[in-house]
Amino acid sequence: MNNIEVPALARVEGEGGLYIGIKNGKITEVRLDIYEPPRFFEGFLRDRYFQEVPDITARICGICPVAYQMSSAYALESALNVTVSPPVRALRRLMYCAEYIESHALHIYLLQAPDLLGKESALELAAIAPDVVKDALRMKKIGNEVLKAIGGRSVHPVNVCVGGFYRWPDVTPLKELLPELEWGLEAARETVRWSKTLPYPDLEVDYEFVALHHADEYGVIEGEVLSSNGRKTPISEFEKSYIEDHIRHSNALHSHTVDGNPYLVGPISRLNLNHEQLLPVAREALIESGLVLPLRNPYKSLIARAVEMVHFYAEAIQLIQAYQPEGPAHAEITIQAGEGWGATEAPRGLLYHRYVVDNAGRIRQARIVPPTAQNLPRIEADLVKLAPKILSMEHAAATLTAEHLVRSYDPCISCATHFLKLKVEEVK
Amino acid sequence: MSVIKKPSVAVYKFSSCDGCQLAILNLEDELLDLAGAVDIAYFLEATRAVKPGPYDIGIVEGSVTTPHEIKRINDVRNDCGILIALGTCATAGGIQSLRNFTNAEEYARNVYAHPEYLDYLNTSSPISEYVQVDLEIWGCPVNKYMVVEAVVALLQQRKPYFPQYSVCMECKRNGTVCVLIAHGSPCLGPIVQAGCGAICPANGRGCYGCFGPISYANTGSLVPKLVELERFPQETALLLRNFSGYAPAFNKAAEMALDLAARKEAK
Repeated sequence: MNNIEVPALARVEGEGGLYIGIKNGKITEVRLDIYEPPRFFEGFLRDRYFQEVPDITARICGICPVAYQMSSAYALESALNVTVSPPVRALRRLMYCAEYIESHALHIYLLQAPDLLGKESALELAAIAPDVVKDALRMKKIGNEVLKAIGGRSVHPVNVCVGGFYRWPDVTPLKELLPELEWGLEAARETVRWSKTLPYPDLEVDYEFVALHHADEYGVIEGEVLSSNGRKTPISEFEKSYIEDHIRHSNALHSHTVDGNPYLVGPISRLNLNHEQLLPVAREALIESGLVLPLRNPYKSLIARAVEMVHFYAEAIQLIQAYQPEGPAHAEITIQAGEGWGATEAPRGLLYHRYVVDNAGRIRQARIVPPTAQNLPRIEADLVKLAPKILSMEHAAATLTAEHLVRSYDPCISCATHFLKLKVEEVK
Repeated sequence: MSVIKKPSVAVYKFSSCDGCQLAILNLEDELLDLAGAVDIAYFLEATRAVKPGPYDIGIVEGSVTTPHEIKRINDVRNDCGILIALGTCATAGGIQSLRNFTNAEEYARNVYAHPEYLDYLNTSSPISEYVQVDLEIWGCPVNKYMVVEAVVALLQQRKPYFPQYSVCMECKRNGTVCVLIAHGSPCLGPIVQAGCGAICPANGRGCYGCFGPISYANTGSLVPKLVELERFPQETALLLRNFSGYAPAFNKAAEMALDLAARKEAK
């Protein structure tokens, strides 16, 4: 077989390529090339005023802007010694539920499912199964509508500030979405049933799973960083347990644990570590999915996303039913110098921010560790594991299986690139 | 410009966050109809299928920030009949154009352990700085219905109808109380193109200009007022040097704001 080369990966966020070198039936090299240009966010965040940060970091990713707003808000609140009120916290969770719904529906149906159904895109899928695609778009739209009701628009919403929200969203537009959310919850349960019937490639990997864990709720905001090997790390200690190294032969920065292992973040890790905190209806869906935990097949992250989608629809319904603006929409902030940490679970995995603020409220230092930067070495390691299995396949099928593996991670290459200490290299 | 009945469309990504391409995919109610009205020939974010060019319509998201992107944008221009710049990165250089006001090398050293591995330009520039652009759709992100309007207008061989007034008009229409006058919140609304729906003032905060300057922006009148209201040093300049900061009108206004703030300080 010839080398497997995908110069520009499709149906992923951002620009990346894939290369598997093959010589005399042996794998010589496996590489995920990232040629997304750097945008230097950590550079230009310096000297900005702290309250500008959530709006700016949202622009790191158009698919998960809420994750960036949330991690930066929590990190800056920790730096400025601010605690948000319980109603603010609840509204933040609702916003996050909405982002999970739109991001997971997009990934399940528009980005990954075409690979499992032998199609090039969801548009092509719509030609033979229009109802599946229409329902998928409707599911995605509900998430976007909730975001719009809270933040004015779904991509880069404008209502989040350090301390809470600029104003409480109106009650009526949110409550009016309840019937659609109820429909979405059923559609998500149906998605779980459907997802278990798809033909996933075989691949079992011995991962170290890492996710935010919270004893009382499905971990998304706040909590501690939990690893499947038992390590519990407070968010403020994250950089001591999870290290990024620049490895010479690689064009990407490699994250590993303090013990030297590459680790996995994202829906599989969350489900494996936090399934006990799922809402009952999502736990039922998990049983119905037939998944045996811990899940170790990266392709089946689609099923994990489907189960999570059930959870987030159900939680969104609860939160909207209980929603009643109460007290100020944002906390008073006294500007003071300090350093703070924040981590939340973006749909594609743990997102860590750290800021140093001076006594005028200006950012002195910013550090951001996005989920895809943490997963990149894992993806490469998975490709190495997958490579021998695809050697006997037709070239086109082997290429698709490798591409599909990368896509199953839901990589966000724009996010990863701006922080990776990488060599930007064009795939020739 | 003229367009064939079912034009081929190519969607490209340059330096950006993907949010404007996502705005296209967020056309949940219109996407399938839209995909039926045109021939989506190249759109990597949505499909693996790639048809060879040339294409009737090219839609470019993102700004030009690397030497390779200079070459690529010229290729794209050659491949496409009508070229549309999609979003504020493509029309004004985007948030990453903040490097244009400083030393990009310093940013690189701050962020990267081995800046010598990076291949980047010292500037982030709008598409029109390198090639001719036929239509600009501003917004960070764009209003997805403006994308539909652009495509429909091309199909009907007419000029697209985009609002030619400022965000203030949208506030009036929404019945939103002026945040600048009533609360003294710094707001760029009077000098910013409408299109977003004036969502920032509706959420109790001033406009931060992500749809870019309006053609008749009276910055000379607004900027001194904003400098007067500053809650922290250089607030106005920071507000202008933002998502549309490299747009010439905002760049000049930011310089004026810095100058006025320095004079205020000296007093």
